[in-house]
Amino acid sequence: MINEALVLSSLLFVLGTFGVLVRRNAIIMFLCIELQLNAVNLAFIAFSRLMGIDGQVFVFFVMTVAAAEAAVGLAIIISVFRHYETVNVDNFKLLRW
Amino acid sequence: MIEVLFYVFAAVALGGALGVVWAKSPVGSLLYMVATLASLACIFVLLEAHFLAAIQVIVYAGAIMVLFLFVIMLLNLGHDYQRDLKGGAFALLSFVIIGLMAGILARQFGENAITEPTAGGRAIDAALAEHGAVGAIAQPLYTTYVVPFEITGILLLVAIVGALVLAKKSSL
Repeated sequence: MINEALVLSSLLFVLGTFGVLVRRNAIIMFLCIELQLNAVNLAFIAFSRLMGIDGQVFVFFVMTVAAAEAAVGLAIIISVFRHYETVNVDNFKLLRW
Repeated sequence: MIEVLFYVFAAVALGGALGVVWAKSPVGSLLYMVATLASLACIFVLLEAHFLAAIQVIVYAGAIMVLFLFVIMLLNLGHDYQRDLKGGAFALLSFVIIGLMAGILARQFGENAITEPTAGGRAIDAALAEHGAVGAIAQPLYTTYVVPFEITGILLLVAIVGALVLAKKSSL
């Protein structure tokens, strides 16, 4: 089952990457980043069946960082929305080239 | 039986992930994400990570997704009924990039197939039998990884303060 879990994890990661690349809505891009983090978590847990419990401890840390990232990222999205009245990333021009 | 369950949950997770990318409205996207996270939690149980499965449901599917839902409703974004996909050359480039990524990953996993049972799996089963589902993680977390654990606490504090400062109305 480790191999199947790793294949599932890589598929989820690829789908998450695709979502980040093609969607314009900042919140959905953010959701796709969470999807990528979850794919990595699944890979960690699959490998922990191979290497020992340390992988599961790392998943714990990844989840904490994901929660912190969600809080700060959504706060940034809210403050950007106040400025531009939209969350479409095509309209965020200030930090672009 | 476990294999069948794994394939069922894997199918739900993949379908949910596709839904996240393709759904028209942000709320729909979010609900597909919840389905993906819940089935991933079930897969964690099948891989003997019981504590992390519970955390996945409580923290991810519970707290983080509700936070996303609050923001979507606060910003009143639930009414976009057309897909906001980038088109043309950019979509093509994205296809090429994810194709390359998928190819590299598939090649890696195809060459290095793992046969069970493994030493790590047996060690985890022993730890689970000795300490229980929570104790098996708590043991390394509070001994070997106690410094990263404390730093994680500081990170959460910084995140709370940062989120408050960023989202406050008068700050910008």
